[in-house]
Amino acid sequence: MTTTPQDLHTDQTSLAPGAPRSGTTFLGLPTAPRGVGHLRGDRSFPEAARDALRDGQLRANLGHATSTIRAKRAKVVGEVPDWEQLRQAGKALKTATMARLDELLVQLEEQVTARGGTVHWARDADEANAIVTRLVQATGADEVVKVKSMATQEIGLNEALEDAGITAHETDLAELIVQLGDDAPSHILVPAIHKNRAEIREIFLRTMPQFQGPDADRELPDEPRRLAMAARTHLRERFLRARVAISGANFAVAETGTLAVVESEGNGRMCLTLPQTLITVMGIEKLVPTWRDLEVFLQLLPRSSTGERMNPYTSMWTGVTPGDGPQEFHLVLLDNGRTAVLADEVGREALHCIRCSACLNVCPVYERTGGHSYGSVYPGPIGAVLSPQLTGVEDNASLPYASSLCGACYDACPVAIDIPSILVHLRAEHVEAQERTTPEAATFRALATAMSHPWLWRLTQRAAGLGRFLARGKPTMPPVLPPPASSWTRSRDLPTPPRETFTQAWAREHGGRS
Amino acid sequence: MRVALFATCLVDTVAPQVAMATARLLERLGHEVVVPAGQACCGQMHVNTGYRREAVPIVANHVRAFAGAEAVVSPSGSCVASIHHQQAMVLRRAGEEELAAEAEALAGRTYELSQFLVDVLGVTDVGAYYPHRVTYHPTCHSLRLLRVGDRPLQLLRAVRGLTLVELPAAEQCCGFGGTFSLKNADTSTAMLTDKMANVLSTHAEVCTAGDASCLMHIGGGLSRLRSGTRTVHLAEILASTEDAVSPQQTTRPAVSA
Repeated sequence: MTTTPQDLHTDQTSLAPGAPRSGTTFLGLPTAPRGVGHLRGDRSFPEAARDALRDGQLRANLGHATSTIRAKRAKVVGEVPDWEQLRQAGKALKTATMARLDELLVQLEEQVTARGGTVHWARDADEANAIVTRLVQATGADEVVKVKSMATQEIGLNEALEDAGITAHETDLAELIVQLGDDAPSHILVPAIHKNRAEIREIFLRTMPQFQGPDADRELPDEPRRLAMAARTHLRERFLRARVAISGANFAVAETGTLAVVESEGNGRMCLTLPQTLITVMGIEKLVPTWRDLEVFLQLLPRSSTGERMNPYTSMWTGVTPGDGPQEFHLVLLDNGRTAVLADEVGREALHCIRCSACLNVCPVYERTGGHSYGSVYPGPIGAVLSPQLTGVEDNASLPYASSLCGACYDACPVAIDIPSILVHLRAEHVEAQERTTPEAATFRALATAMSHPWLWRLTQRAAGLGRFLARGKPTMPPVLPPPASSWTRSRDLPTPPRETFTQAWAREHGGRS
Repeated sequence: MRVALFATCLVDTVAPQVAMATARLLERLGHEVVVPAGQACCGQMHVNTGYRREAVPIVANHVRAFAGAEAVVSPSGSCVASIHHQQAMVLRRAGEEELAAEAEALAGRTYELSQFLVDVLGVTDVGAYYPHRVTYHPTCHSLRLLRVGDRPLQLLRAVRGLTLVELPAAEQCCGFGGTFSLKNADTSTAMLTDKMANVLSTHAEVCTAGDASCLMHIGGGLSRLRSGTRTVHLAEILASTEDAVSPQQTTRPAVSA
């Protein structure tokens, strides 16, 4: 079953009968279904974070890695005199693209088809997985090589293929580490950022066939070069025998039907050129209208993501070229909640994301909790605004609160997504979705009443001032207080309220009213 | 100039000395200070926690309380940022167009203390004396929403007796984040710990900033650890003079409420 772009606008009924669903959102648009893919965690963010924060090795690995990338990024961004104009150009291009995404997607389909490719429309993760599985099965292959791709991680494609008896080999070095370690990615760009060299060495020695058996040479120092060589040996064999490759896409050009993958290692280039069949799964928001638009994004992306002036490999392909590269090309256009995001006037800006992960690297929360705490393949600030929108806010209700709203993400974002404002907006969406009055809501409503009636506010302040009697003359309150104050006092002293508020003192000094 | 002082709900209730210092400082610089009695809160806490509908009457009260003020000054970067970036938006969303326009006009006349001193009054040397080793934490909203830049540092550098020491990783959030400090207390504490480690590495006696809320967070952590380093608001430092120096000054700010 496939959808057409028209459905994306008018569909009200959404999923097939019996399909797992998470309901619909504003305008009745379907969100990403439950039970498939990796957009939801099994614990709330604060709970997951509590465990992650205790992992000293994780904190050391993340602190080291993020500060290194931050410094690299700052250096190469600093050398571009028109960086701010580039950012604004990126933002404007994305805004314009989203405004006529329906037309552009049809144009892309026409162009890809005209050049010998086949386009498939997938309403959600289940449909996309089914389409890809069917396409692989049609080739008779029982294994595929994969280019690093967030979209296929999002929909849980590897698991779906495995269920159909097809083995997926991740070829990106970090994705390979994660796959061999039976782990989950924790960063958009560097999925194994939570692992250090010694841990990677251990995973390789334990899982790579080349190190098994009685005669195997198990000499493997934890030097980056030697680890990369081991991975190369492991992968080369798979590249050469693979008949099917699966990729994501960084960009698709509507005007020409061209797909683009930007990478560092060259493994993507291998996948995109060697196998007979290439299947690309791409979120519908990855479009740019014209070839020329790539000029902006190919400057913004590498500097923001790896902190390089230019990424080592940029692969572009348009349909099928007889006698050169894959002779069969399929493009799977994935919605999986994106149209629902597009329907939200404030939240839709999250679709502008080009997956550079600059916001993760500058985020003080991400740096300490790591990516797994977010429970989604999209961690960090962008994940905190994207995941809840793709799934519906109630399925990821703790994520919009997983930020101190410090704003470092907004400053770093190469397409100027105002992440803090979207976080605040989603918090409100969550609050407004509650059918019953929570204790928190009751407190905030009572406070709102007080804060909008000065006489009542003065009374409330006096009541708060009575807290000083609990302190028994000490400058700080007792460390053991009932919730929610305990959340503060467990690690921080709370000052004892003064005998007199400022406005009281001022009125006293100035004879009543000021 | 006749300056209306917006103390903010937090300072008014738990840190009155900060507002008093702001008033004393502005008076010392020759300006008339008024404290509109109807003031309460800017609405930021409600908006940032998801209660934007409930914030509407709070914002309306704020706009009413300060109607007609020539200039409004507040010793809080984040409250002023909320007045600039959130108030009109919240009102517009609720369909309060007229009030939103008033809020916008009021925001145009509302200044964070260091911006008011440097940009409006054009002073960096306010005649203060503060004989202590001080490090400055640029709070997130002052830094990234208001872009106060080095204005607080310009002011601090002109304070006699003051030794200013640079704070490592100064631009990293202290972990306060309003209700974030309660909802994600563990993560907030982890961020605070790193901030405190940096503050303590400077061997400063005092950590200062332009936001009483962030200072309450950092100060609450430093106090829990019995570190001996305390937090003092920028306004209190700028309000201090030779006259106010007393034996208690090493443990207490020079201006009390």
